[in-house]
Amino acid sequence: MSIYLNKDSKIIVQGITGGMGAKHTALMLDSGAQIVGGVNARKAGTTVAHKDHDGNDVVLPVFGTVKEAMAETGANVSVLFVPPAFTKDAAIEAVDAEMPLIVVITEGVPVQDSAAVWAYLQGKKTRMIGPNCPGIITPGESLAGITPHTITGKGPIGLVSKSGTLTYQMMYELKDLGFSTAIGIGGDPIVGTTHIDALEAFENDPETKAIVMIGEIGGDAEERAAAYIAEHVTKPVVGYVAGFTAPEGKTMGHAGAIVSGSAGTAQAKKEALEAVGVKVGKTPSETAALMREILQGL
Amino acid sequence: MDLFEYQARDIFEKHGVPVLGGVVATTPEEARAGAQELGGGTVVVKAQVKTGGRGKAGGVKLAHSPEEAAEKAGEILGMDIKGHTVHRVMVAQGAKIAEEFYFSVLLDRSNRNYLAMCSVEGGMEIEQLAVERPEALAKVAVDPIVGIDEAKAAEIVDVAGFAEELKAPVADVIRKLWTVFTAEDATLVEVNPLVRTEDGAIVALDGKVTLDDNASEVRHPDHEALEDKEAADPLEAKAKANGLNYVKLDGEVGIIGNGAGLVMSTLDVVAYAGEAHGGVKPANFLDIGGGANAKVMANGLDVILNDPQVKSVFVNVFGGITACDEVAKGIVGALEILGDEASKPLVVRLDGNNVDLGRQILTDANHPLVTLAETMDGGADKAAELANA
Repeated sequence: MSIYLNKDSKIIVQGITGGMGAKHTALMLDSGAQIVGGVNARKAGTTVAHKDHDGNDVVLPVFGTVKEAMAETGANVSVLFVPPAFTKDAAIEAVDAEMPLIVVITEGVPVQDSAAVWAYLQGKKTRMIGPNCPGIITPGESLAGITPHTITGKGPIGLVSKSGTLTYQMMYELKDLGFSTAIGIGGDPIVGTTHIDALEAFENDPETKAIVMIGEIGGDAEERAAAYIAEHVTKPVVGYVAGFTAPEGKTMGHAGAIVSGSAGTAQAKKEALEAVGVKVGKTPSETAALMREILQGL
Repeated sequence: MDLFEYQARDIFEKHGVPVLGGVVATTPEEARAGAQELGGGTVVVKAQVKTGGRGKAGGVKLAHSPEEAAEKAGEILGMDIKGHTVHRVMVAQGAKIAEEFYFSVLLDRSNRNYLAMCSVEGGMEIEQLAVERPEALAKVAVDPIVGIDEAKAAEIVDVAGFAEELKAPVADVIRKLWTVFTAEDATLVEVNPLVRTEDGAIVALDGKVTLDDNASEVRHPDHEALEDKEAADPLEAKAKANGLNYVKLDGEVGIIGNGAGLVMSTLDVVAYAGEAHGGVKPANFLDIGGGANAKVMANGLDVILNDPQVKSVFVNVFGGITACDEVAKGIVGALEILGDEASKPLVVRLDGNNVDLGRQILTDANHPLVTLAETMDGGADKAAELANA
């Protein structure tokens, strides 16, 4: 088991012919994920050639629309490597095609576009992860995104993080233990899947024994997650929050990572998490040590 | 990006929001000419700073003639308001105010939609109003797809409790402000106060606008002209010109990393490590981003090594999209270009994509300034130690 993504997931790539799309299609195939095709309206009917994990040739069809790609391949996941100006339309196309899961890797999407997509998919059949995220990996089974698949393998830990590289760092710190699923939800002000969504899914996933939650400054997602944990999560959760030294009023890279007034500080998030019994590490390595202790006690 | 009041005024005017005449001035002489241009009568000279509380700080003054406007501008220009130096003033037409209201619409990240806030009690700090008299502040959720249409604008003025005869004209201004919000890709449009003048007009007297940087980059090339280039730190300006995500901080350990989260975390880890090394702190935030190549790395290093405060540099990269060999090539290349100018020690920690190649490149280069670190904690400690040497 895992959350949102497993060995049976059939993945298409929107933007498969672009530079990023091609590069990461190759890496996803190398991870063993089932990539079944791609979409690019201008290159419909053509193919792209890659190698799978064992070095065998893989020829992937390029379709004109998501709907067509789904009908032909049975795809149930789409990964978007589409430039920010076109991300909204590409996401809406996938929602209209009733794609169950879309993973939007694209960085720099206008926030009003993300708000529009989020409003649009209410009551529809699509879950969105991202934008501006590394995507999701179920080690040993599948990868929909850009997380390096070589860091670690399968294990008992579920991970949810706003940040891509902190996801990798944490997987690396705990590589001997392994992960059920690691999901990077993205650092933008509006994202499709939240910490709370992932916590709920990990709580219901029998393979996940403990959860690492990584947050960062800005907004109140971590505080809300803390309230959710208190009510609904029985599995142990270890937390980490980045940005203790970030000054007020300066955006730290992620559009969402800005401290305004007293709201959204790392300290406030840490306190909210600790108040509901979540152990919070000061550094990634200390967070990993806390997780180790917990797993040894289980 | 936050706009100055005069920029917000101009944008409001562009989208048909009623505003008063206003002219920006950087010298008393320009303020005099501005006041003249506005008819030579009573004007308000307002400091243009991106912070609140300028009225209390003496940054807003009434002037009854162009001469007096010049005099007041002379007093205000160069003032320091909460750490912001006043480089320009806006000379604004005076208005006879009958009533003050409040309106804003902003991105509501918690609910993933927009929130309109409106009150018939304007003029005061809205945070204060929200705490002291929350019932006086109408909060109405706005659907991103529907937006503030006629019905939504009517709902807002209704909940806010406007007098019957004011509902239609205020709703009309609110719809125009919504046009500003969407047409310019704002995350905040705030008018405080929105006023009714004695002759019955509804006017946006002071505006605050925050634009979404992503959208400006994607579809508003004209927004670049709104950037406050003088306020930017010269290193920040240089970094921006090279497309680097850099924030100058007050410390001694230069930081380069990939991915906003990891860089933020690196700042924290260096600050903790610094506690044992004379209290040294991170000197900057610099995210070279995903997929950075050797050139990007070299540009980043160039910015950091030009910060006179920096005593050591910590490069912390976990290669996901970014390949460690590219990072290593960038470091070696940058050190070659800089030659003798590079005199600060570099601690480098690489992991992830192509890590072995990356480490090999640095080992082969065997540069006397470069130390390879095995872990993030170890690298932070070493860099802090070197900054304190």
